[in-house]
Amino acid sequence: MAKNAQHWEKTRGLLFVTLAIWAIFSMGIFLFGAEMNEVTGPFGYPLTYWFTCQGSLAIFVILIFWFAGRQEKIDEEFGFSEKGDD
Amino acid sequence: MIKGNFIDNLPKVYGIYTGGFIGFIILMAIGEQMGMSAKAIGICFVGFTIFIYALIGWLSRTAQASNYYVAGRTVPTVFNGMATAADWMSGASFVAMAGGIYFKGYGYMALLVGWTGGYVLVATLLAPYLRKFGCYTVPDFVGTRYGGNTARLMAVIVLTVASFTYVTAQINATGTIAAVALDIPFQYAVYVGLVSILLCSMLGGMRGVTWTQVAQYIVLIIAYLLPVFWISNNIGAGFFPHFMLADEVARIGELEQQFGFVKNSAADLATVPKGLAGITKAHSEVNATPWAFISLALAMMMGTASLPHVMMRFFTTPSVKAARKSVGWSVFFIFLLYSSAPMLATLSKLALIDPNLPTGIIGKSIAEVQAIDWYQNWNQANLMFVSDFNGNGTVELNEFFMGGKAVVLATPEIAGLPYVISGLVAAGGLAAAMSTADGLILAIANAISHDVYYKMVDPKAETAKRLVVARVLLVVIGFAGATIAAMEIQGILGSVIWAFDFAMSGLFWPLVLGVWWKRANKEGAIAGMVLGLVSGFAYLVWVRSGGSGFLGITQLTFGIFGSTVSLVAMVVVSLMTSEPSAATQKMVDDSRVPAGASVIGGQK
Repeated sequence: MAKNAQHWEKTRGLLFVTLAIWAIFSMGIFLFGAEMNEVTGPFGYPLTYWFTCQGSLAIFVILIFWFAGRQEKIDEEFGFSEKGDD
Repeated sequence: MIKGNFIDNLPKVYGIYTGGFIGFIILMAIGEQMGMSAKAIGICFVGFTIFIYALIGWLSRTAQASNYYVAGRTVPTVFNGMATAADWMSGASFVAMAGGIYFKGYGYMALLVGWTGGYVLVATLLAPYLRKFGCYTVPDFVGTRYGGNTARLMAVIVLTVASFTYVTAQINATGTIAAVALDIPFQYAVYVGLVSILLCSMLGGMRGVTWTQVAQYIVLIIAYLLPVFWISNNIGAGFFPHFMLADEVARIGELEQQFGFVKNSAADLATVPKGLAGITKAHSEVNATPWAFISLALAMMMGTASLPHVMMRFFTTPSVKAARKSVGWSVFFIFLLYSSAPMLATLSKLALIDPNLPTGIIGKSIAEVQAIDWYQNWNQANLMFVSDFNGNGTVELNEFFMGGKAVVLATPEIAGLPYVISGLVAAGGLAAAMSTADGLILAIANAISHDVYYKMVDPKAETAKRLVVARVLLVVIGFAGATIAAMEIQGILGSVIWAFDFAMSGLFWPLVLGVWWKRANKEGAIAGMVLGLVSGFAYLVWVRSGGSGFLGITQLTFGIFGSTVSLVAMVVVSLMTSEPSAATQKMVDDSRVPAGASVIGGQK
């Protein structure tokens, strides 16, 4: 059972990190939407505008794949990963 | 035909399919050059694609429960991602999203952030654990985790309320497109749409829906991206619009400064046909308060994680690992369309308002604009309107009105693209609406057939009988949805957003705490679902009937109120009652370990 508890602790740690990044790019940055929009962002778009069109969305895609990879590592470490198929 | 090695051959099968579809587009383009009428092209596009979906639906027919409910749990990650994207992106995303961005700008774009960010919650909090549980439906999870028929039934009720709100909008959208493309009255077109939807799902259940959704995704993404790229090139904005429209965005800002946003008098506005709007908000400026933006995004994110028709797509993957990755692919495929919608809105707006472009109409004389072919077409379709409010004889920014759908539907024609593109767009919109409607109807019918009929009414029913019940329910629910759709009560987008709020009010916390809080028990979950749904609904009714609301929570974000009530009720009631049995706690422990057999036995 100790193994399970450790595995769950690590899983929870990863959850908090992932959700923190998620909260920043889905909500946090938009607290300063007006100020941020004065800055020129990637490809020359106003920064806040760019985040709503592409930035935040792309970050979510990358974040989920990153999370899936990390979680697999945690599962493997404890021998909890599934065999075979993908 | 669809057996074992079908899965291995998927890339080839859908590769050939995509090639075939592109070939069909080229064939239609040639047909147009040779004098094929616009109407014939529209009918070909709609008819051909529906035929293909129906064929896939027939080939996927099955008599096995696990195939019918969860596609035999064999759907590879990338394909499940495509199917989820099609399941997700509704007629509203396809037809109305670019229009929303065009008219409302920043405030509306909270939806883009919310409708993608929600998948982070799906991937981290729910999908892998529900997959490990091995349930067939979302209420199946609630019923097993908390135990007892009351919890199960409540979950079915929340699911039905949320999904039904959503599905009428989708059937409505299929009807609208079928009515235009086939040139038949809307009341009949709704049923044509419904029959097409049922053809995909009735014989094969989830298996049929999965493979048609993949096919529908391919159609809808081609139909969305091709015009965006083409228009961008045609008006000289850049060959890859996503990276190259900064100048165009800035130019729109300049023009807005130059023209100014003149407010129309109420009397003038009364002469504008219903449903049309003018440009009243800055294109790329921040025009909403932080809380208005964040609350809408948050409501959509929590709603995403509570909508059963999305969650059940992740029950079809071969493993827990695959379920997680598959969420990533889903958002990637959604991202392809969502990141293009603001580009289309930008191109469309610039093409219409820039006097330096040949298509620009602001500053031209009213008579000149009224003589343009496309203006006449779309004016007749009740999607465009100009009026000389100030009597100076020219069109001003505040004197030009358009329907939200026109951004997607009319821009290709305005930018001078051939009609074949309009036919393609119709097929894409139909694919988007059909795929979502299928997922929703199946979610409702499966919940009632599996959770109410099989688990409560007749647990000894044989598979054959269960599947007959499931199919009968599918047809009944479809017809109920179509009948309500034919009455045209709410606009497409209004009801879509409500569905998210209903789902999050009733289901978000019972699902999340079911995985992450072992102490959560049956009494708590029931209280959470009942009080969440009831309080959310009460808030909606209150605000709709003139109530002022509080904390800036509107009728679009009432789920924030509902889910907060749900959370508090669930925690308080859980702590006041006894903790869950050892068996239940073991079940939760098992669901947290990816390896090993699923928690619910016998539903492989």
